[in-house]
Amino acid sequence: MKRKHRRLSFVAVALLAIGAAAALVLTAFEDEIVFFYSPSDLAEQKTPPDRAFRLGGLVEEGSFSKGDDGLTVNFRITDLANATPVSYKGILPDLFREGQGVVTEGQLGADGVFVAREVLAKHDENYMPKEVADALKDAGHWQEGEQSQ
Amino acid sequence: MHRFANPGRFLRLARVLLPWFAVASVLGIGIGLGLGLFVAPPDYQQGDTVRIMYVHVPSAWMALFVYTNIAIASAVALIWRHPLADLAAKASAPLGAGFTFLALITGSLWGKPMWGTYWVWDARLTSVLVLFFLYLGHIALSSAFDDPQRGRRAAAILALVGFVNVPIIKFSVDWWNTLHQPASVIRLDGPTIHPDMLWPLIAMALGFTFYYLSLLLVRLRSELLESRIRALESSMVAEGRAPRLATAGGEA
Repeated sequence: MKRKHRRLSFVAVALLAIGAAAALVLTAFEDEIVFFYSPSDLAEQKTPPDRAFRLGGLVEEGSFSKGDDGLTVNFRITDLANATPVSYKGILPDLFREGQGVVTEGQLGADGVFVAREVLAKHDENYMPKEVADALKDAGHWQEGEQSQ
Repeated sequence: MHRFANPGRFLRLARVLLPWFAVASVLGIGIGLGLGLFVAPPDYQQGDTVRIMYVHVPSAWMALFVYTNIAIASAVALIWRHPLADLAAKASAPLGAGFTFLALITGSLWGKPMWGTYWVWDARLTSVLVLFFLYLGHIALSSAFDDPQRGRRAAAILALVGFVNVPIIKFSVDWWNTLHQPASVIRLDGPTIHPDMLWPLIAMALGFTFYYLSLLLVRLRSELLESRIRALESSMVAEGRAPRLATAGGEA
């Protein structure tokens, strides 16, 4: 075997080994790399107990309400299978609205209400001018729930 | 490929190509910015903030593209000992680092108004930050040895090991739930971006690619000239004529 071929096979084998190692590590950590949990994860008690975590999903239609103090907001986060009530005191991002994907960080209270410290809006992969979005809505080709998980 | 291993032939080719690449780069970036900033419509959700995308997305593509080039060049250099491949990898690294930095900064500026935060540690953002550090490591390693050949070899191994990060970045948004949105342009079921917004993006991407190629040619040329000077110097040292001519080299 020429030296060139030996180097080629050495590099190929090394790359395969590194790729396999990375795949194994990432598979092992699969549950740890999730950025947020869904209300269904919460229902199945997959979320870390007694510890802050992130809860993500869609803001349920018709669930948004402001508290009596005018600062606290209450809404429900849904993944279209389960929903969790969330309360939050603070400034909401521009994209926040009902039907929008959001990721909140906070802790689950004893009463089952998730008390959020931070609310982030999740943007989806659709980019279009306003007129196109309006036309799609008029034609009935629009499902809010479709644009995020 | 070995046809272009001859540095003299490469230098002649580079002299012919460089003006074309430079013009294509100026045209692409000019048209892309013109369309993106003034012609393209505002997004239905993001408004004018969507215009950050015309810089952010092409820089992120370039960050991956340049790293892939470095990995290929490194493999060619390690296996076939191609003399230009080593230099191409070394010359590309700072350019790739620049594109990665641009993608990180523009993404952060977009994230604050849209997401509500400059930075989150989700899989996409974290893996791109790792890419940035890989670039910095590559730059540092390739000039960390007194013998430039050894430095480039060490950097080539780093580049190949780090290549595992490239598919992780690309698919991070599909494999894990992230705050970063999934791909809009390079996806199996076609782009989910309106054509009026896609064209400026493509013009910018072409402009950035030719910008990278132009600078790569310039940097490769200077690397080649540098190694030629070094070779001349060392041959003069061997002939005992070094002291007189070393000062002449310094003036040039």
